Amino acid sequence: MKKLSLFVIVALTLTLVMGFSAAGTAQDLKVGMVTDVGGLGDESFNDSAWRGLQRAQEDFGIEINVIESNTMTDYTPNLSSFAEQGYDMVWGVGFLFTDAMGEVASMYPDVKFGIIDAVVEGPNVVSATFKEHEGSFLVGVVAGMATETNKTGYIGGMETSLIQKFEAGFRAGVKAVNPDAEVFVAYTGAFDDPQAGKELAFTQYDQGADVIYHASGACGIGVIKAAKERGLYAIGVDSPQYHLAPAYVLTSMIKRVDNAVYNEIKKLYDGNFEAGVQVYGLDNNGVGIYRPQAENMVAQEVIDKVDEYKEKIISGEVVVPSSPDEL
Amino acid sequence: MLANLTALLSTTLRMATPLILAALGGMFSERSGVINIALEGIMLIGAFTAMAGSYFFSPWIGVLGAVIVGMIIAAAHALVSISFRADQIVSGTAINIFAAGITGFLLRLIFGDAGQSPSVQDVGTWKIPFIKNIPVIGGVFGEQIPFVYIALILVAVSYWILFKTPFGLRIRSVGEHPAAADSVGINVIGMRYIAVIMSGFFAGLAGASLSIGLLDLFVKNMSSGRGFIALAAMIFGRWTPHGAMLAALLFGFADALQMLAQTIGLTFVPRQFLLMAPYILTILALTGVIGRSTPPAADGEPYIKEEV
Repeated sequence: MKKLSLFVIVALTLTLVMGFSAAGTAQDLKVGMVTDVGGLGDESFNDSAWRGLQRAQEDFGIEINVIESNTMTDYTPNLSSFAEQGYDMVWGVGFLFTDAMGEVASMYPDVKFGIIDAVVEGPNVVSATFKEHEGSFLVGVVAGMATETNKTGYIGGMETSLIQKFEAGFRAGVKAVNPDAEVFVAYTGAFDDPQAGKELAFTQYDQGADVIYHASGACGIGVIKAAKERGLYAIGVDSPQYHLAPAYVLTSMIKRVDNAVYNEIKKLYDGNFEAGVQVYGLDNNGVGIYRPQAENMVAQEVIDKVDEYKEKIISGEVVVPSSPDEL
Repeated sequence: MLANLTALLSTTLRMATPLILAALGGMFSERSGVINIALEGIMLIGAFTAMAGSYFFSPWIGVLGAVIVGMIIAAAHALVSISFRADQIVSGTAINIFAAGITGFLLRLIFGDAGQSPSVQDVGTWKIPFIKNIPVIGGVFGEQIPFVYIALILVAVSYWILFKTPFGLRIRSVGEHPAAADSVGINVIGMRYIAVIMSGFFAGLAGASLSIGLLDLFVKNMSSGRGFIALAAMIFGRWTPHGAMLAALLFGFADALQMLAQTIGLTFVPRQFLLMAPYILTILALTGVIGRSTPPAADGEPYIKEEV
């Protein structure tokens, strides 16, 4: 009886683990990815990273797999698990992996590791970071030109230096095209509280804002719902978010985690793996702006202005601040 | 200025609503002598059920489903902690972990998305005709989601039940001195079951207010610690319905205030301190700095009937 129940537990666990795995074709290269606690379906960097792996699978016929983390204490065992199973490359998605990645990467020097949004030193680790402030600058240009009240808002999640990059870029972008415009800045202190996002957005709309940009994870769902209720505008982040309220999401700042992951896997596939920091910005399609679905939502002159600034940032003529202190 | 005040109080009321409902649930359970830290998990399951009910049927069937499922989960907590006399904290924690797992699993199974559900129909708002025209008060109470009014009415109803009916006296007596209650013929086990299941009703309703009241969809882990803040409100409110309501309103006000202060650039108090307010106030209440806060005497203790 005991043996049977043990068997059932093992079988169930395996089914669960396999249930979240993608079937891969048996090939030489095996790449694994460990999500942070946001998991797949976050419509943010976990999903985006997974798209990068899937694209690499299609193009290079590699084998891919994903493990979702329930808690932060899962990071080390999940990374190790891939390394133990003979994977060639293992990705940790998110800056929360910093410590776990450092530890595991030094334990498995023959395995290549990749981390998103953080820098981990090591001869076998590639750290992909993004110039979120550059993408945020471009949506700031849109907000600065679209606002009729001359008041815009920014809602961040937790006030870390990463999330402050979004704030700094957005504020600089608004000021660049509309020096008189005000930018309300507030943080929800969480990434998983849509009610807080919605009430904070109401607060900013009540103060006269008519366009709000958010970088606050699932709190942003509340921000977009508030825009819809008030008939005003929101700007999405990370992935295109117009589908949450099509007529009320002006545009979205896109962070191409998928491009970064794909690129680094391609380098490994081609035998050119490079450890160290790889920075993804406007110049290499690491960040960008999503063209709104509705043609008439953003005027052509705004789109032209965005393109103009994009060129200026890439050429180095405009330098976007990466922290609010530099504004 | 008046517009600011209206917006501030309006946000306060909406932020407080799920807390008031869950705190009332916690209060009934603890008044009968059973600690219920599963409020957080029951809220989450309630939020999911309400969304699913609205998706497949209608918003109000969703609300009904949320309270029914809430009561079923609470009944499981009652069974484990009253009949099996297991550790009530362990049982509550188990339910909280279960809730996060099952809602995530069903979200993926039914809607094919691990992060959030599709938008469903919400319960809308209720307009109160006469109040709507009064300045400030009209802006705050004139048009809100139904759960705001339901929560306020349930505070009064709970007060009446707990302090003005024989049923409420029995709940309080089994939580203070179960042996004495038993000796006068009160069914201690039965009363505790009823009180814990009532807590599931309130926590389920609180969950519904989050998903299809304040929003129109379910988001993974959207209860976001509110079940625990509701427990803090209950303690700060000294296990009374009106006290819990005032505490929840105070917490909601602290939230609304920090949102406004951040937005208009007032940083005389760092927002981290305002975010900490509920917890600091609760600790102060528990340590007796602000009045005395004594839990029901038999709170958390399983009752074992003495053999004659």
